[in-house]
Amino acid sequence: MSGILSYGAYVPLRRLGAGARSEKAVANWDEDSLTLAVAAATDCLAGIGRDKVDGLYFATTTPPYAEKLAATTAAWAIDLRRDILTADVTDSLRAGTAALKMALDTVKAGSGRSILVTASDLRMGSGNLDGGFGDGAAAFLVGDKDVIAEIEGSYSLSNELLDVWRAGGAKTVRSWEDRFVFEEGYLKVLPQAVKNFFEKYKLSVKDIDKLVLYGPDLRRHRQMVGELGFKPEQVQDAFFDKLGNTGTAFVPMLLVAALEDAKPGDRILVAAYGDGADILLLKVTDKIKNVSGKWGMKRSLASRMMLPGLADYQAYRAFASSDPEQFGGASASVIARERDEIYALHGVKCLTCGTVQYPPQRICTRCHTKDNFEPYSFADKKGKVFTFTLKYGGDIPGFARPMVDTMVDFEGGGRALFGMTDMVADKVTVGMDVEMSFRTLGAGGGIRNYFWRCMPPRSSWPGKETK
Amino acid sequence: MESIKDKVAIIGMGCTKFGENWEKSAEDMMVDAASEACQDAGMDMKEIQAVWFGTTRLNTAEPCATALKLDYVPVTRVENLCATATEALRNACFGIASGVYDVVLAIGVEKLKDQGMGGLGTVSGAGGNGTLEWGMAAAMFFARMATRYMAHYGLTYEELKQTLAKISVKNHHNGTLNPRAHFQREITEEMAINAPMVSWPLGLYDACGVSDGSACAILCRADLAKKFRDDYVLVKGLGLAVGARQGYLQPEYDMVHMEETVRASKQAYDMAGIKDPFNEIDLAEVHDCFSITEMVIMEDLGFCPRGKAPEYVRNGTFALDGKLAVNPDGGLKSFGHPIGASGLRMVYEIYKQMQGKAGPRQRKNPTLGLTHNFGMNPGSGIGSVTILGQRD
Repeated sequence: MSGILSYGAYVPLRRLGAGARSEKAVANWDEDSLTLAVAAATDCLAGIGRDKVDGLYFATTTPPYAEKLAATTAAWAIDLRRDILTADVTDSLRAGTAALKMALDTVKAGSGRSILVTASDLRMGSGNLDGGFGDGAAAFLVGDKDVIAEIEGSYSLSNELLDVWRAGGAKTVRSWEDRFVFEEGYLKVLPQAVKNFFEKYKLSVKDIDKLVLYGPDLRRHRQMVGELGFKPEQVQDAFFDKLGNTGTAFVPMLLVAALEDAKPGDRILVAAYGDGADILLLKVTDKIKNVSGKWGMKRSLASRMMLPGLADYQAYRAFASSDPEQFGGASASVIARERDEIYALHGVKCLTCGTVQYPPQRICTRCHTKDNFEPYSFADKKGKVFTFTLKYGGDIPGFARPMVDTMVDFEGGGRALFGMTDMVADKVTVGMDVEMSFRTLGAGGGIRNYFWRCMPPRSSWPGKETK
Repeated sequence: MESIKDKVAIIGMGCTKFGENWEKSAEDMMVDAASEACQDAGMDMKEIQAVWFGTTRLNTAEPCATALKLDYVPVTRVENLCATATEALRNACFGIASGVYDVVLAIGVEKLKDQGMGGLGTVSGAGGNGTLEWGMAAAMFFARMATRYMAHYGLTYEELKQTLAKISVKNHHNGTLNPRAHFQREITEEMAINAPMVSWPLGLYDACGVSDGSACAILCRADLAKKFRDDYVLVKGLGLAVGARQGYLQPEYDMVHMEETVRASKQAYDMAGIKDPFNEIDLAEVHDCFSITEMVIMEDLGFCPRGKAPEYVRNGTFALDGKLAVNPDGGLKSFGHPIGASGLRMVYEIYKQMQGKAGPRQRKNPTLGLTHNFGMNPGSGIGSVTILGQRD
């Protein structure tokens, strides 16, 4: 039986909120849907060999390119094999559950042993819509052996309706009038899908231990729970007060939270909405007990850094949605030549003297042997700041000034230069611990650039509220 | 390997005023510098048999030949980042020492102020792999060394800033005594310490400015020098070392020294027969692109023990009237850094000091002087050292 082998989640460190009830997670200025997905995938694949993954389905409504696969860039950054199926699943809030369903079917059909699914979004809404939107990502590894939750049933409903949409080329999501949107869309379509699902499988509300339910906001979410006849204790918390509606990633992130609390034998009903509905039923297995060391949702939500206010958030968003054509400098052929070093953060290890070095060299820096190296990944290595400077250059946007430039010495050898992210600039010190994070870079020439930055370990932020 | 010692003589030099020379082109400044040098050597421009021409911004040798109206003589364009001008001098020395030429010109020029530059930038990222961050400027490379120096030797930020301020104050003071300097005003330690941050921990007065300028030297075989003048100056040693990114590739590299400077100075000291640089050398023009650079260079050149530069700086050891005058002409700090010209501007000061013609900056009877350039950045640099001295 196919099902979920592993899960992961990523909630960006930064939070915005006038009051505790409206707090939401927002991506840093150097994050986008692709980097969020890589972070969630890294959590999902912790301790799992990358060579086992036969495919990557990348779900989002906010891909970095309109034409150019994001899944390939993500696969390079996650360091997956090259002989795999990569696909972007996009254009709907149901893209996350659709990708999950497609992965389950791929495995069931035998055309792949395990498929990685990521769902991530970084949406902007027009007017009041934006206040409820948050950013985040979830990832699942889907397979057919030793699953932690197996798929017991599924049902999909397709519904044509202009309730929430973003036109091609537009930056913000729009919606039609509220009453129409909810009464003709969400509140009508989702209950119908759940009803049809229960009829198909001869199940009822009492057979379900946990409901993972899409809701555009807290009020409609509560209303839907009542409509479907679930008791509040059967329903996975939707974190509207901590996370916000994370679009494509929302239901997958809630599923991660549900799996974190699940016991063997639990039945989780997943109900996603967007241009129709996807219903999935998962049954948790004994293997759930083996899951450990994940960031998942609980630890991710607990680790936070408050943004001082809307101005910074707006500056981040203005930058994220700015025209990549305005930046100059990058060459597609150079990037292609150096893609292992840029996206996978591969250096080399000398097979003669063992010296680890970044970027890759032709002749060893120590023993001078030529072309006798094996690839060496720095992406998962921890390091320490050997030295640093805070840059105040006039070309640095105000929201990113000062930028922190570091020289990092890695555990296990190797030294390299990186910008630092998700830090408090005046708390950076020589000798501080860092780990690596895949991020966007602010220079390009019609190209969206990605590279790695170092950052203080995420574990150094538990529950801290820092400006 | 043979030493260059006493094979090449400097018989004439020229140096423009450095600064925002809005009214002069690169060609104008080369004409000014070369004319002064020919007049100084008592010879005609036509006697020059070959030219080594240092510049980072002009792409060919042609502007030099055209400006000076050299009639079909060989002109070699030389570029080695901040060591460009001394690289022109070094290769010109080899032209003389080989016996192929008798009289040659080494000239450097840079016209930076036509490019709208407010600070020393770095090599353009055009055509790169897209991993270039904002705020890439020369300051950050040397700021990394300053941060590391504090951590390595247990200096506090306040102690570091105060020491660096003393270096900037000294060089600005020397510059007030030099009519060719770009900046000719005193600054105070408070100004330096409290200046706006450029790249922490380095502030505005820790950095040198951007200027235009040209400087040149006419060289001849040492045995021919007397035909031109009695007070010629001899080349005693030349050193150049280029790093292979060891500081970035090898974690044991301490980042509180510049190995290229150490290696280049060893080459030059060996040629010149110098065993105890601090006591043998009277004055040094070194690459104070940033105050931290000058401080660390003191250790790299063997002017003081490792980790002791702050103490020597605080004691005034390197002041104009100190034991070993460093940057007596005001340094990059007062002159700015027209990249292709700076090295020969340094040589110009040593040359004038050896001749007793340095005016209010004149040191008593100097016999040995040193110039030093450092290109690129700590961890992967270009170190260049030249030793000049009186004839025996």
